[in-house]
Amino acid sequence: MIACKDLTVSFGEKAVLDRFSLRIPDRGVTALTGPSGCGKTTLLRVLAGLEQPQGGCVEGISPRETALLFQDDRLLPWRTVEQQLTDVLPRERWGEVPRLLSLVELEGEERAYPRALSGGMGRRLALARCLALEARLYLLDEPFAGVDLSRGLRILERLKALPAPVLLVSHEPAVLACADSVVTLDGPPLVYSFFS
Amino acid sequence: MGWAKSLKKFLYALPAPAFWLGVWQLCAFLVDRRLNGKGNELRLPYPLSVWNALTAMVGTGEFWATVAASLGRIAMGLAVGVALGAALAVLTCFSRWCDRLLSPAVRVVRAAPVASFILLVLLWAGRERTPAVISAMMVTPVVWDNLSRGIQVTDKKLLELARCYRFTKFKTAALIYLPALRPYILTALTTATGLAWKSGVAAEVLCLPEPSLGQRIYYTKYYLDIPELFAWTAVTVALSMVLERLLRACLARWGRGWGT
Repeated sequence: MIACKDLTVSFGEKAVLDRFSLRIPDRGVTALTGPSGCGKTTLLRVLAGLEQPQGGCVEGISPRETALLFQDDRLLPWRTVEQQLTDVLPRERWGEVPRLLSLVELEGEERAYPRALSGGMGRRLALARCLALEARLYLLDEPFAGVDLSRGLRILERLKALPAPVLLVSHEPAVLACADSVVTLDGPPLVYSFFS
Repeated sequence: MGWAKSLKKFLYALPAPAFWLGVWQLCAFLVDRRLNGKGNELRLPYPLSVWNALTAMVGTGEFWATVAASLGRIAMGLAVGVALGAALAVLTCFSRWCDRLLSPAVRVVRAAPVASFILLVLLWAGRERTPAVISAMMVTPVVWDNLSRGIQVTDKKLLELARCYRFTKFKTAALIYLPALRPYILTALTTATGLAWKSGVAAEVLCLPEPSLGQRIYYTKYYLDIPELFAWTAVTVALSMVLERLLRACLARWGRGWGT
């Protein structure tokens, strides 16, 4: 079981996470929601090892076993869609590119550069690149921002079938409704609820 | 139509050189009038005199041997300077100790007068090698400066992505730093090419390696053959521009389709 225990993160005087605890199920999609600035992105970054908490700990997983989809796409402007995926895949797994592109409904765009993609397409490519990483926990920061809702929900159904659990941040009620569980972070002082 | 496009491009590029050629012709005419036709060729020769000197030179094997020798020396100096500047940029950006140790030395080389270096290097490297060494010395700080700036402003978010997605150092260099540095490499190479020619030919004028453009320029002073001085200068400028265009074309091919 992957869990955060009493995580405390503050930037200067401002406490973003204050003794925050959470258990993440072994499979399925857990959605994180809450108002801006309540610590959703910070939580994902702590789990990915990009932020060091001042207190508390993460149990059951190391940062190297996670894959993080950043809040912004961070696509390499000089790499094609296909190359963005082969860049993170080991050579023996390059055959998985069509499957990953089909998972995010980007077939036929293999040779396109990011500048030729729409905002939603870029987001889906960034998601495919994140999913190309072998991980025990996928951390997705607003994976469907700019993606049309029906497509986002179809992709969400595919995420539920992944062998590793997914922790995603979303503000979209339809996405929250389809997630296996929802955690609400509700601005300091922090209150969190967990539904199974 | 391809030829129509080429003709349009040619006609578009024509007015500026034609204007300056006209200015030159007018100035030469005014000088000629002032000197009453006596000694105009020593002050400001007509474009046609320079053209005649140039065509007379181009037909000889000696001309091509001179051009090849200077091109070889300066291209070698440019290549060494670029490699050294790039290596220094990497060292000073990624190691604080290297930065403290090397940056002041590179700044001194950048600020020192080139003539001092030419005379000093001449004593150590001999007249054949001095132009290449001087070109490399002048190019190194320019490349170092541009690449250092490029490395420092490389997108931190992409570097964080590389760390998070477990890119190796080689992969980070090849996929993030190198493409991000492309505009800085372009600026560095453009500036460095001009500088390599200027300093290299200046070193040739002082060291007189044989054969060389600098030696030919020196002899024009010796024999007061000013049209030939203009002709050799034009050859030097043309060579510098051709080399710069070649490098630009290579970099444009590398970045095709990126939209950056």
